[in-house]
Amino acid sequence: MDLMRRTLLKGMGSTGVLAAALAAGVLRPTQVFAADWNKAAFEAKDFAGALKGIGVGSTAESKDLLLTAPEIAENGAVVSVTVVSKIPATSSISVFVEKNPMPLSAHFQFANGALPEARVNLKMGQTSLVKVVAMANGKAYMTQKEVKVTMGGCGG
Amino acid sequence: MADPMKIRATVSGDVCDIKVLMSHPMETGQRKDSDGKIVPAHFIQTFTIAVNGKTVVDGGCGPSVSRNPVFGFKAKGPKAGDKVTVTWTDNLGDKRSDEATVA
Repeated sequence: MDLMRRTLLKGMGSTGVLAAALAAGVLRPTQVFAADWNKAAFEAKDFAGALKGIGVGSTAESKDLLLTAPEIAENGAVVSVTVVSKIPATSSISVFVEKNPMPLSAHFQFANGALPEARVNLKMGQTSLVKVVAMANGKAYMTQKEVKVTMGGCGG
Repeated sequence: MADPMKIRATVSGDVCDIKVLMSHPMETGQRKDSDGKIVPAHFIQTFTIAVNGKTVVDGGCGPSVSRNPVFGFKAKGPKAGDKVTVTWTDNLGDKRSDEATVA
């Protein structure tokens, strides 16, 4: 009886140590990643997942978020997209290509006098909606535009 | 170490236009080479643009940003002679930092 209690305690002790090691070893790197490169958002396989990754639940369509993208992109390897936010206090802009294997393309955070505007060249695998999400005062605004791609820019 | 970036910063009125071209292959990890082997992913993950040491834009990239990415930003405040520093880090830990002067 006494012996059994010993083993049980021993067993419990080692699982405790294991849990602590796991917490230290597994949780710490992800926390560093979140501050650095948002792995969860960038590696999400769909738009909803990527949105969740950047900490956005729902978005409201906004006409003050201007997205300039070509109607038809002949070459999906370089699709030039310009985003201008006229929403006051816009703090960040994220650009998504809905049908890419990993929709989140780029994320910009603005500070110290930067205007909430960005131009970026995207790769697009196929015809898809380009979605832009801007954050202002903790709220998320969204706009989108379809870009037709004649030749894909992902894969070969 | 990758090739130097091209940075151009020009002031018109009170707005500074910052354009950056980074030399980077931006491999997606989905492309196959002529032997049918997958080319491993190699892309810029984060970059920062700072004016006189103050971060203006903090950016993150996925592999779906084009090869040799070009970015354009605007900022209020920088004056001619200010220093613009752009730094990027890629998924293999490579880093590059370049500097330009606002014109």
